[in-house]
Amino acid sequence: MIPRHLQIAMAVLLVAALGLTIYAWHIRKSAAATPAVRVDTRPLAPPATGPMEKVLLYVAHDEDGTLRAQDAQIPMPSGRQQRAEELARALISLYLDKSSPHAIGSGAEVRSVFLVDPGVAVIDMNGAFADTHRSGVLVEELTIASLIHTVTANIPNIVKAKILIDGKERETLAGHADLSSFYDVAAVDQLASQLQGGQ
Amino acid sequence: MAITYATGKLSTGRPQDSRRDILLLLVLLPAIFLSGASVEKHLSVYSLAANYSVPVVQREGRDYVGLLDVLEPLGRVSAKTDGARWRLRYNNVETGFLADKNRAQVLGRDTDLGGKFLLENQRGLVPVSSLASLLPRILGGPVTLHELSDRLFVGSVGTHFTASLSSDNPPRLVFHFSAPVNPMIASEPGALHMTFKREPVVAPASPTLTFGSKGIPSASYSETNGAAVVTVNTSIPVMASFSNDGRTITVAGTAPPPNAASAGTPAANTPAAAQPATGPAPTTSNIAPATTPRYFAIVDASHGGDDHGETLSASLVEKDVTIALARSLRQELQSRGITTLVLRDADANLSVDQRAVNANADRAAIYIVLHAASSGRGVHVYTAMLPFGADDHGPFHSWSTAQHNWLAASQSTANALAGELQKRQVSVKAQAAPLRPLNNITGPAIAVEVAPQGSDVNQLLAPDYQQLVTSAVATAIASVRDQLAGAQPQQ
Repeated sequence: MIPRHLQIAMAVLLVAALGLTIYAWHIRKSAAATPAVRVDTRPLAPPATGPMEKVLLYVAHDEDGTLRAQDAQIPMPSGRQQRAEELARALISLYLDKSSPHAIGSGAEVRSVFLVDPGVAVIDMNGAFADTHRSGVLVEELTIASLIHTVTANIPNIVKAKILIDGKERETLAGHADLSSFYDVAAVDQLASQLQGGQ
Repeated sequence: MAITYATGKLSTGRPQDSRRDILLLLVLLPAIFLSGASVEKHLSVYSLAANYSVPVVQREGRDYVGLLDVLEPLGRVSAKTDGARWRLRYNNVETGFLADKNRAQVLGRDTDLGGKFLLENQRGLVPVSSLASLLPRILGGPVTLHELSDRLFVGSVGTHFTASLSSDNPPRLVFHFSAPVNPMIASEPGALHMTFKREPVVAPASPTLTFGSKGIPSASYSETNGAAVVTVNTSIPVMASFSNDGRTITVAGTAPPPNAASAGTPAANTPAAAQPATGPAPTTSNIAPATTPRYFAIVDASHGGDDHGETLSASLVEKDVTIALARSLRQELQSRGITTLVLRDADANLSVDQRAVNANADRAAIYIVLHAASSGRGVHVYTAMLPFGADDHGPFHSWSTAQHNWLAASQSTANALAGELQKRQVSVKAQAAPLRPLNNITGPAIAVEVAPQGSDVNQLLAPDYQQLVTSAVATAIASVRDQLAGAQPQQ
């Protein structure tokens, strides 16, 4: 015969197990009903402070597959790394505009830009930037060329650049453009010239 | 079922045993409860009208399907719910079902369903096993159900096949199918699997075929989860190639390499067991080729298998367009006397490293990878944009910049191609792109991305547009054939 206190303890444990099961089932159903890709649109960084400066952004245009230099007035901090971040953010916010000539998915954001001597730039984008990006050789290439060229044309002495997604290396942006290697800035400059010439 | 079995085995009839069983049952409940959401199952339906699949759901420990889902692609069908009664009309056949009852009325006659009819949100569910007896009466024709593998054949739609082994060295196993097929092909060390999801492939006389060959000793047929799988057991690296409009698949050993005389056979390639899974070794382009290259051109249909590429429209994905373009380009090149290998000629998974390894091993004069896009009007021709260089070590070149010494030849070919497309009034641009595996190829290599000329993405499937592009590519390749044949790496 099982002692009474053990029976009571077992019954309490079973009720708890059953309760947890029902709770887990409820959580699972809620998770299944949640969309797979949830775009986090919360801002990642505070607004930049600094005097307004005129900079050149290299903006992709889908209709003719070109890059075009475009003036912009943005607040530029004094630090080299912060300046690179603000340049990248200005370009991305331009692409997020509804009337953008090269739209990218909502929620795309620059997490940070690291400048490492000698001459290395690491641009860390958030997951939404890659997850919602349109797929295609040209459309991905335009995004990468404009992002790297905008940073390196305004910040001197960068010789190679790398794009990370959520701090991690990724094979491609959206199935085509390679993100696994460091970009040779000289090669990107050459490509940007080609794309600006529209040849 | 599992609960009945567990308690039946454990009970001995004593009261304390019964209590213990109940306690065990309650402890097991969470696991049973949570395992309810198992892998999603589908019933594949093959008919003359369409091949399709419908979801299978678990109710009361058995597999159920929505009857409307099964019948809708086959004819005119409507359903009406009246309380617990559910009436379905298929063409002119009236059927009646009653919720939670095991019997149905078809054309006024009783039919046993072998399980309860379920009504959920006005959706009628019947046990999968009942389709074998129910559907012949509704459809008025024969129906064959493979219940264990969830495959349903409506009418005489089976695709049969035979397999025969040639005594060549290396051996070749040739499959002949009674209708065109396009399986997913995957390989692993010792086996090559062909998975037929959309084709009504049926078993040969014996599910295991033995050939008495050391290289390809046997093949076997199996069915699982709505698909038929043919597994070729091998002890050597093999390639699968398609011919005869998809009615013939040849699985052939890759070593020793055949001579140039046999190069005319259009072939598709799957990664062989001998290929490295990851991290290809550095390449060398200074070592002379051991054999004459088998093919002048390698055409690579990008993406494939699980990688769909760009979703061009609701019903069109990039991987399907690239394979159609690759086949068209092969035909155009071969009609100009250029031996051509299509690297992916089936819906197979191939990594960019595997593509580069295959292309480099074949030492063809030109590698052309095809892409398709919904934006970017016309054709873009790309050459490699090399990443920031890794150091070469003596004769061994860095994998990421293996294309370096061949870039001039690649650019010259891209310019010839752009010129030819311009002549034909096709909008074209030639530029560099950070697109793998172009930078890993040790030979002239270009990528061609084809977009519609206007806004209609369906133009990508139009045979005349495909031929316009592929014939221009083939003409351009033919025009620089001599330069490509004699191309040397620039140091």
